[in-house]
Amino acid sequence: MLWGACKFNDEITRLPIAGNRDVATKVVNGQTVTDTVYQTIPDFKTVNQYGDSIKSVNLDDNIYVADFFFTTCPSICPVMHRNMLKVYEEFKDMPDLKIVSYTIDPKHDSVAVLKKYADKLGIEGNRWWFLQGKKEDIYKLSSNYLVTFPVEDAKEKFIHDGFFILIDKQKRIRGQYDGTQPDSVQKLINDIKILKAEPEQK
Amino acid sequence: MKWKVIGFLALFVAALIACQNDEDLEFARYYSGGMVIYQSKCQNCHGSDGKGLAALIPPLTNQSRLKANKSSLACLVKYGSKTAINPAAKTFGGEMPATDLPDVDIAKVLTYVTNSFGNKMGTINTEQVEKNLKDCK
Repeated sequence: MLWGACKFNDEITRLPIAGNRDVATKVVNGQTVTDTVYQTIPDFKTVNQYGDSIKSVNLDDNIYVADFFFTTCPSICPVMHRNMLKVYEEFKDMPDLKIVSYTIDPKHDSVAVLKKYADKLGIEGNRWWFLQGKKEDIYKLSSNYLVTFPVEDAKEKFIHDGFFILIDKQKRIRGQYDGTQPDSVQKLINDIKILKAEPEQK
Repeated sequence: MKWKVIGFLALFVAALIACQNDEDLEFARYYSGGMVIYQSKCQNCHGSDGKGLAALIPPLTNQSRLKANKSSLACLVKYGSKTAINPAAKTFGGEMPATDLPDVDIAKVLTYVTNSFGNKMGTINTEQVEKNLKDCK
């Protein structure tokens, strides 16, 4: 009976793990164990809209959703953040879920500009961070999230894609969603609930 | 005599219907054209429901405001805005970009906006837009 319960537990729905993977062999308790090593989000150094230094360690023990944007974006960003607001509202009571939006225009998007943007979007507290870092670092980081490397453009300023990326507590990529499509964002909301139910994410 | 009166009345009614149809037709033409322009030029920011985005992007759902500013709407669409739309509320401080739309398209999109999202203000035609654009500040 107990065994049955355990087995049942093991059959829960899990989200796939995206990105490159590697195999590592290590010795545990005198035995050689081979395990899969998944791609994870590397360390980064940024400042949030309150001027606090935010590194990847500040996201430990959190499931989080990341995106790349800039405050003067004339094209897809308003659509993305209109949709991200839905995610923000949906998980207001989930203490271990965060949203991070990295600006790809750190020259214009200072801490003060990001704070103003957050205020106008109605964002309070530390659930949704707007992060500014060194441009080269952020651009490089974007490839770790498997999104398109931003391209600078005279008319649109920066061309980038509007993906929302779901990261688990082990900093692995668990899903990518088109942030401009309401259906896709609804799938993200559903997937966060599935992810949260995985035993490793408690 | 009786038939003359009836004939005249019938003619009068027919003319009235034809007239109305012309007006309706003009409205339908502007409105449907405006919808396509709205989707490609305005919707990203102002939203498919015209509600804008929190305090960042103003909504287009307030008919009394649209009415009060009716004559300057064309200027806003053509030249954009660099200042807060509503300084008193300290919101909407961002810029609205200018567009490169011809007058006829400005008229179409304004007809769409002022007759969607709960608004009902009738046709804004090209002549009106041309006239309003002469008075832009």
